[in-house]
Amino acid sequence: METPKYIKASYSDEEDLLRAIKVLKEKKIEIYDVLSPFPVHGLDKILGYRRSRIARVGFIGGAIGAFTGFVFQTWVFTEGYPLNIGGKPYLSAPSFIPVTFELAILFAAFSMVFAFLIRSRLGPGAKPVIHDERITDDRIVLLTGFAGNNSQENIKSIKDTLSQTGAEEITLKSDSNIKQNY
Amino acid sequence: MQTHSIREPLIKGDKNYATITADIARPILRKPLKSWFVGITFTSILTVIGFFAIAMTIWKGIGLWNENRTIGWAWDITNLVWWIGIGHAGTFISAILLLFRQKWRTSINRSAEAMTIFAVICAALFPLIHLGRLPLMHYILPYPNTRDVWVNFNSPLLWDVFAITTYLLVSLLFWYMGLLPDIASMRDKVKHRVVKKIYSFLSFGWTGSARHWSRHASMSLILAGIAAPLVLSVHSVVSFDFATSVIPGWHTTIFPPYFVSGAIFSGFAMVLTLMLVARKTMGLTDYITVGHIESMNKIIIATGSIVGIAYITELFMAWYSGVVYERFTFFNRAFGPYAWAYWIMMSCNVISPQLLWIRKLRRNLVFTFILSIFINIGMWFERFVIIITSLHRDYLPSSWSHYKPSIYEVAIFLGTLGLFFTLFLLFIRIFPVVAISEVKHILKSSGENHTGKIKH
Repeated sequence: METPKYIKASYSDEEDLLRAIKVLKEKKIEIYDVLSPFPVHGLDKILGYRRSRIARVGFIGGAIGAFTGFVFQTWVFTEGYPLNIGGKPYLSAPSFIPVTFELAILFAAFSMVFAFLIRSRLGPGAKPVIHDERITDDRIVLLTGFAGNNSQENIKSIKDTLSQTGAEEITLKSDSNIKQNY
Repeated sequence: MQTHSIREPLIKGDKNYATITADIARPILRKPLKSWFVGITFTSILTVIGFFAIAMTIWKGIGLWNENRTIGWAWDITNLVWWIGIGHAGTFISAILLLFRQKWRTSINRSAEAMTIFAVICAALFPLIHLGRLPLMHYILPYPNTRDVWVNFNSPLLWDVFAITTYLLVSLLFWYMGLLPDIASMRDKVKHRVVKKIYSFLSFGWTGSARHWSRHASMSLILAGIAAPLVLSVHSVVSFDFATSVIPGWHTTIFPPYFVSGAIFSGFAMVLTLMLVARKTMGLTDYITVGHIESMNKIIIATGSIVGIAYITELFMAWYSGVVYERFTFFNRAFGPYAWAYWIMMSCNVISPQLLWIRKLRRNLVFTFILSIFINIGMWFERFVIIITSLHRDYLPSSWSHYKPSIYEVAIFLGTLGLFFTLFLLFIRIFPVVAISEVKHILKSSGENHTGKIKH
């Protein structure tokens, strides 16, 4: 038999899953990933994820957009092609606001979406490992390790914990599909 | 789990996660209905006619239209503003209602956002054709060129270019990011190998990983946060096209808020028109319930009333300002040669939505459907009235004129209607029309079987 690498357990109720994760966390067993058909409320807190920094990316992108927009318009109207419109000042900041604002939004949105896709390794042509086709339907799949101890007893105790918390299918996997795809 | 037994359930029937996926994927997986084929044939013919008229306009020139001196803007700009307005409901529903944590948005946001994108595409066609010389359309963009000329950043028409482009791109991103989990659902649901490959490509490799969900939620919230002011800005900028001019009837500061509420008003009307048909034919009555229709009707009363107040404020200001031209313009609107259009606008937009104060009518689907069409017509006439009546009689009586559309202008408008509905009919065959993952997310708090209305 090949050496087991991780355990795959599937749940059909998110509250059972959250209970299982709490128990596993207490036993200091690593959780590789949780795959679910919808965002499970409170899951990222239990797994100890930090808050995503995507908002900062958006802010920086937006700031660059606003700066580009305003400076470019100023340059065009003072240096590039000064246009006398009814004797109004060349540098007329109020009339630059709409374009500045739109560019800020445009840059912020694109930078966030790109940051999200790159950081999550998502994009056209991505080849994900699909652990179970029902993940996008009605199953929540938990991928967990054994805290560095792959002895028979340890694996059995983890499996027992999983089935006690309501896991429906528990399988021991030995492929290397646990490679993190985020 | 928290339950809201006082609130009406948002998802009817005895549902679990699997039945939700099955229900929403069913219209895509089954063979298209006969009515779908009939519909798309009809709308494609309209689209072809429209594009023929556009081709003729480009080939022969803008003289094919009946626009004339003083009436330089007519059906084209009316249609632009009408379509852009319709495009406001989608992002309003998905961005502003997300920020307000309105759960009923989850059943309609996907299709409303799709309508936004299609409506903006239709809208963007008009200013381009209106340029007259389409091969020179890149002149509206600021790019380094051998003529050493830059665009005029002081012009609201240029702001429009930026606002509409940004709106189209950001709406597209927001819509597609929300679609990723649902495309993945379709990928895992379809059997055909090639179709699976296509959905797999489109799903960007979505697996439903907890980290992805966590990041996706943060991103969606911030995107909603920046899309909300964007929605408000786009129609404000469109209204600047009028408000910054010195034409009586246009030169008012009330225009931005008045246009934005009118846009949301007409957008919701179009969403209702389409969804009332779609929920029945696609078997989605458990997801888009009478409660959802009622919520949308409430927004129609709110925005419709703002529009009504704006009309009356305009009339008051025209009189109170003491400007003879303003006074004449509004008198001419109500009693001049285009009075019929003015009174269609008044009755459709001001009077008819007030009937929705009656709860029975708000929950009556046939009434809502008819009303939504009235509002669509009324809002088209609003833009027609604003544009035509202000232009056909301005300062100099010697240059007064009259306008009737030519057959080409009518054909182009019908063509965009055809294009909009064709794109929508294609959309409902390819992508899930209801956000599957979002509906699953609210099932336990808003599903009928989970809030104690159905006993197990």
